[in-house]
Amino acid sequence: MALIRETDYGTPKKVSERAVTLEVDGRAITVPEGTSLLRAAAEAGVMVPKLCASDNLEPFGSCRLCLVEIEGRRGTPASCTTPVEAGMKVRTQSPKLAKLRLGIMELYASDHPREMLPGPTEGGTEFQQMAAAVGLGEIRYGYSGQNHQSCEKDGSNPYFTFDPAMCIVCSRCVRACEEVQGTFALTIDGRGFGSVVSAGDKPFIESECVSCGACVQACPTNSLVEKSFIQKGQSDRSVVTTCAYCGVGCSFVAELKDNEVVRMRPYKDGKANHGHSCVKGRFAWGYVTHRDRILKPMIRAKITDPWREVSWEEAIGHTASEFKRIQTKYGRDSIGGISSSRCTNEETFLVQKMIRAAFGTNNTDTCARVCHSPTGYGLKTTLGTSAGTQDFDSVDHADVIMIIGANPTDAHPVFASHMKRRLREGARLIIVDPRRIDLVKTPHIHADFHLPLRPGTNVAMINAMAHVVVAEGLVDETYVKERCDVSAFEQWRNFIAEDRNSPEAMEAHTGVPAADVRAAARLYATRGNAAIYYGLGVTEHSQGSTMVMGMANLAMATGNLGKVGVGVNPLRGQNNVQGSCDMGSFPHEFSGYRHVSDDSVRKLFEAAWHVPLASEPGLRIPNMLDAAIDGTFKAIYIQGEDIVQSDPNTQHVSAGLAAMELVVVQDLFLNETASYAHVFLPGSTFLEKDGTFTNAERRLGLVRQAIPPMAGKADWEVTVALSNALGYPMHYSHASEIMAEIAQLTPTFAGVTYEKLERLGSVQWPCNDKAPEGTPVMHVGGFVRGKGRFMITEFVPTDERTTSRFPLILTTGRILSQYNVGAQTRRTDNNIWHDMDVLEIHPFDAEYRGIKDGDLVSLASRAGDITLPARISERMQPGVVYTTFHHAMTGANVVTTEFSDWATNCPEYKVTAVQVQLATHLSEWQEHYRQTREVTTRISKQAETIPGA
Amino acid sequence: MVHMANQIALFFAGYPREEAVGGVTDHLKKYWEPRMRKQIIEYVAGGGAGLHELAVEAVKRLP
Repeated sequence: MALIRETDYGTPKKVSERAVTLEVDGRAITVPEGTSLLRAAAEAGVMVPKLCASDNLEPFGSCRLCLVEIEGRRGTPASCTTPVEAGMKVRTQSPKLAKLRLGIMELYASDHPREMLPGPTEGGTEFQQMAAAVGLGEIRYGYSGQNHQSCEKDGSNPYFTFDPAMCIVCSRCVRACEEVQGTFALTIDGRGFGSVVSAGDKPFIESECVSCGACVQACPTNSLVEKSFIQKGQSDRSVVTTCAYCGVGCSFVAELKDNEVVRMRPYKDGKANHGHSCVKGRFAWGYVTHRDRILKPMIRAKITDPWREVSWEEAIGHTASEFKRIQTKYGRDSIGGISSSRCTNEETFLVQKMIRAAFGTNNTDTCARVCHSPTGYGLKTTLGTSAGTQDFDSVDHADVIMIIGANPTDAHPVFASHMKRRLREGARLIIVDPRRIDLVKTPHIHADFHLPLRPGTNVAMINAMAHVVVAEGLVDETYVKERCDVSAFEQWRNFIAEDRNSPEAMEAHTGVPAADVRAAARLYATRGNAAIYYGLGVTEHSQGSTMVMGMANLAMATGNLGKVGVGVNPLRGQNNVQGSCDMGSFPHEFSGYRHVSDDSVRKLFEAAWHVPLASEPGLRIPNMLDAAIDGTFKAIYIQGEDIVQSDPNTQHVSAGLAAMELVVVQDLFLNETASYAHVFLPGSTFLEKDGTFTNAERRLGLVRQAIPPMAGKADWEVTVALSNALGYPMHYSHASEIMAEIAQLTPTFAGVTYEKLERLGSVQWPCNDKAPEGTPVMHVGGFVRGKGRFMITEFVPTDERTTSRFPLILTTGRILSQYNVGAQTRRTDNNIWHDMDVLEIHPFDAEYRGIKDGDLVSLASRAGDITLPARISERMQPGVVYTTFHHAMTGANVVTTEFSDWATNCPEYKVTAVQVQLATHLSEWQEHYRQTREVTTRISKQAETIPGA
Repeated sequence: MVHMANQIALFFAGYPREEAVGGVTDHLKKYWEPRMRKQIIEYVAGGGAGLHELAVEAVKRLP
């Protein structure tokens, strides 16, 4: 694909029912009312020179380059700040305008590096292009006057530089930081000639900047520019693809030079991100070529042996033969596999297909087990579909936003910026979270209510809010009568109205004043469109599924489902968590969430796959590990998941893997799970393959191959090879053929084709005959299951209780710069922000224990203990501590326990009873890890013979 | 396993008894792999110590 140049229309698109017709350079143009003259001209193909304007920023009118003449009016107004009017006659070119523009550019150029003036070249800056457009030649003022050419460059950020010498103080970066990102880290310091862009009078790296790249994207002069662009130079081709980090699913333009990535730019036409990005997707792609990548298949007989590099043929042949041997010896159900939420839909579909059809068992699961499986269960039970109800743009119409157990500015930053725009416009905000997350108080946003509940009491909270709705007559009776199962509703109404569910009664559990809960419930129920956004703080509890149903109950009771601006919206953790669930990765259901015991569905798959399929549910991940320890589960294929680091109770996970005779890991790196593996199959990054990811709003975005697979095979090709070697032939030559099969077998994907995705850019399922271009908002006019089903959501306190031995509650989570187990981000410069996990602890709890900021502390639970530095933080409430699990050496999941959601076994990561004490050395587990990790990751430099290989 | 079964029982305990027992049985059938169901059936046959009575009744109804 040639280098993509996106058109900048100068000012944002306006939406209006009223159209205005005017004349630009003699051409009649009709645009929505409110459109700027600059944009109207651009939409008609007349590109007026500009520097301070950009179509993702409100007009500013500072550069004066976009001047135009309007018949009957005096002067030369800036076209960016002048709205269209009916009958206007606008002239964008005239000798007078040309002279004015040239004069302006001359002034700019007189204080600009001379080597940056010639242009335009391919990929030249906007400044160079404008210089050429106005015919800039000799600078009448010379270059010897007062200037900024000796100003110091700021290279403190690992990914971009700021060179004031090239800055024209157009304020695009400042406005992008405010309007697009919502961080307000930049400003213009000084006045007149002394005006400079400033990150708060300190280097960027020490400022409030979150490195989202919006300022770099906005800069027209390369004063702010990517370091990779400076190092590698102009790219020669581009590929539009989908980010492989969080569940927002941003579209990016990968700019390449030969097969090397020069930079990743957010794609303006991306429906999920609208041209915005975060530090991970924008900059943290260096892992793709990191020296730790394993590019050759490897095998070994014992996990204490060094790895031996082998050919793909030998690795695949050995793996297939071992799986067959183990099944022959221990039975068909003694093996299974795990698909990845980081891989594509097509790859995930193939993994579960291979397990069901080639292994002949339903022992397939996916990493969604440990994050959003309760979302699937809860929303399917109540509404009929295991997915969020809205598209991201729906938030533009929300009047009340309730965030529960999510920290969007860290975990879903691009959507957080979108949400913040709506909040700055006046939407009200309720935050339900034990921690004081950034959104509680951030520039120009102050939550109306922060309900800092005790971890593990979500259901008590949602029941209390629902009680207020019922008790105070705030139910949308008409909606409920028309849309919901009235009998189930009455049953629920009687339950929720009981005094024991009142905010006053629940205060003892939640710790949140009843008056606040009542006021927040009234706000949610009465201020127009109310939308719930939630994260793992909802799902990763023993009552995760109950809580999801509780939120659906509340939304149904108040009529907040089935239209724009409302909904129950999971913020998915990994890039393809939604997709991995959609694709039938769970042991009990085929793609499209249809149970394996459904004869008609199973027959459909049996006919397509030409094999009999099992009708009983298979083992979930924790069940596989339990069964391994029991001796009945012996071999596993794990594609792109690191269960040793990410799953709870690390020592239990390790023991389960160690008990197996064959562990096959397919990944980019020798991850922690690979320490227990006998076969390592190299994986491919999102830049190395074709496919699709499905984001949190059910949007399928194309993943396009930008560079060839570094190890020679895309992940789906590895699964195909393994399946063929197992004796179950697969014949796909491209990922699109796998999608064709998915569409054929899955009603909600029936209308999905690569051709359609190419044409529309992306599509949201359901996409079928009823909705050929997809479904942005679900349950419009009726719920997928027919009548919405209210469920009884009794609050059951977790069995994980604090005791005198473990008096604190640990809750775990994520931060902005690192992603999940850190396999990718730890291999980038993002480590500059977070090079180790720390324990956040409230000053009260710290002082009681004699802990000072930075002290090494022991974090112990009944499952295990680790040592890590303490960070004293008032974000925590007394009695609650917090850490992340991004670094393997920390071993945060050594501490978490086996307790899990009652319906789905999603681990209770958010509630672990712990003790924290000052420490002087690493924990026993950490010492053992340090000693054994090196041994288990050795790669033999010589060919060695492995018995039986 | 006893803990998991009890958690399931506690969720359905809010429903009328017959509906609750049916809910637990249905959940075990839909989501528990056969060897897990076999274990819990054997456990109940052995007395089912520590199991919620709804879980005991539901397990008895498993095929």
